Amino acid sequence: MTVAFLNLSWPTFAEALSLGGIYALMAVGIGLVFGVLRLVNFAYGQLIMAGAYAIAYSSQWGWPTWGGIMLCFAVVLALSTAMDWLVFRPLRGHSPAVMLVATFAVAFLLQSIAVLAFGQLGTVASSIGPLNQPWDIGGVLIRKIAIVSIAIAAFCLVLLQLLLTRTSVGLHMRAAAMDFRTSRMLGVRANRVIGGAVLISGLLAAVSAFMLTARNPQVTPIFGLDETIVVLAGVVLGGLTRPISATLGGFTIGFASGILGGALPTDQSQYLPSFLFGAVILVLIIRPAGLFTRGDVAMERL
Amino acid sequence: MILRRLPEVIGPVLLVLGAALLGLGVSTSLQTYFLDTLVKVSIVVALYVFIGNSGVLSFGHIAFVALGVWTAGVLTVPESQKNAIMPGLAHFLLHTNVGNIGSLALAAAVGLVFAFIVGLPLMRLSGLAAGIATFGVLEIVNNLLRYWQSVGPGLNAFSSVPQTTGIWQAAVAAMICIVVAYAYQRSRFGRQLRAAREDPAAASAAGISIYRQRLLAFTLSGALAGLAGGLYVHLLPIEVDSLYLDLTFITLAMLVVGGSGSLLGAVLGALAVSGLDSFLSASENGVDVLGLHLDLPTGTTVIVIGTLMAVVLVLRPSGLSGGRELALPRSRRLADLQKARAST
Repeated sequence: MTVAFLNLSWPTFAEALSLGGIYALMAVGIGLVFGVLRLVNFAYGQLIMAGAYAIAYSSQWGWPTWGGIMLCFAVVLALSTAMDWLVFRPLRGHSPAVMLVATFAVAFLLQSIAVLAFGQLGTVASSIGPLNQPWDIGGVLIRKIAIVSIAIAAFCLVLLQLLLTRTSVGLHMRAAAMDFRTSRMLGVRANRVIGGAVLISGLLAAVSAFMLTARNPQVTPIFGLDETIVVLAGVVLGGLTRPISATLGGFTIGFASGILGGALPTDQSQYLPSFLFGAVILVLIIRPAGLFTRGDVAMERL
Repeated sequence: MILRRLPEVIGPVLLVLGAALLGLGVSTSLQTYFLDTLVKVSIVVALYVFIGNSGVLSFGHIAFVALGVWTAGVLTVPESQKNAIMPGLAHFLLHTNVGNIGSLALAAAVGLVFAFIVGLPLMRLSGLAAGIATFGVLEIVNNLLRYWQSVGPGLNAFSSVPQTTGIWQAAVAAMICIVVAYAYQRSRFGRQLRAAREDPAAASAAGISIYRQRLLAFTLSGALAGLAGGLYVHLLPIEVDSLYLDLTFITLAMLVVGGSGSLLGAVLGALAVSGLDSFLSASENGVDVLGLHLDLPTGTTVIVIGTLMAVVLVLRPSGLSGGRELALPRSRRLADLQKARAST
């Protein structure tokens, strides 16, 4: 049974959809923080890495799966709050390029701490291994985690959409993303909005950590790094001005890499990064503000 | 006036000369660190020519270094050993060999041409889009060199390249980079680009084509980065994995710590962070310093340098040099004269 175009199989399609979903969550996590701080967090992958280690170690200690997930959330939220206090706050108001370099440094720092603390080789998160087994859906075998990821991603995105459009916190966040200074004058509390964005961004990192660990239970210090690089490209591809465009950008690049990675033979799919980044560069040249923006150019704050 | 400006270029050159002389006086095993440092100076100066003068971030320069490594490496591996290291090499590369200086010149030329071609579209971007797009260049070049075996060794290391990068060659190359960078930044093109960095709107209004000036700086820095890559492959058996994020991180750290706004900052940062890097890496393998045995766990180096970089960015974004060049103290008469002129 195949999808009509491109001769794709259903499992490839489901895997691509789930990868797109995970990347969309990561993208919105990066996009929300960018909205309020004008800061692209290169170290987002290291939040995910920390969460993955939490799951891996709790599974080695014999904790139940839900305990591991709780620990993952606790660790990621603590780390993202620490990052906010130690790095984001002192850097507020610097140029986006300086902040990107700073988070680049933080990413390497955290990665080395992981090397130091847990070793180069990594550990296995065996407790959520069963999620990798396939489900038989009408004769088609699809990994459980693919289905679970799609469901979780959809649920989170709907929840987030409701939060952003139906609550006052969400309204404040969107206002701050559009024009931080004016929104502050109109009574938006800067610290609360930024804290909220960092919190949600951390929650999304923890959710992504769980799903990525289930997909690939081998947790190493560079866990999540490649994914973050691709998502960053996706976020810029989609456009950073609105959470929705960043989300779409993340989904697009995840879905595209899933489809291409699944459909191409190995001797071609090894060049997948070149295809992806080539496409991203092409889009950036044609539409520097992003694919899914409405012609409004991302203004850098003066 | 010219005399007063002289320290701006002599200072960094003397720093490099000092490092080279120091490197001559130590044991062969220690000398490797000095050689590595001198090559890093070239890379960081190349980075500075673009990032420092334009104020636009580039994560892509290690791609030009990698191309320099590939060019100089492929063209100098002895013909008899090419098949062993690079089984898939294209036929015309199999039988083409050049000398040491020729390979360095070609490495610089490849860096120059590639940076120009890549820069043609990319220099229209700025800010984050430029950062991500140059990152894309790094990803693509790394990906292609890793798997495309017609142009090089793929995942193998460049193991039989003649190791011709000695202290003097590395030092002279670094000094050439410094002089070129200085000549560029004092030229009208360099000044135009620096003006555009400070105030793009005003610079455009004054008739400066920011795109063209950025492209020029990008191309020039690509050439210097290619040259540095050529030096690198003649120094140690290098492989594609060491020309990726780690090298990008360490060289950016050097530029940031030294101060990306001045040539002095680039050289100072490269020397200081390289020294720290060498010392810590050696300590990870265990060294004896002043009678103490130091044996640091793996990973300490990056933790220290990463912390240093983050702290500098937070507390002193203009770096150690504060974005200033080296200058002689002004004579009082000259200062008075200038003050008088400024007040009229």
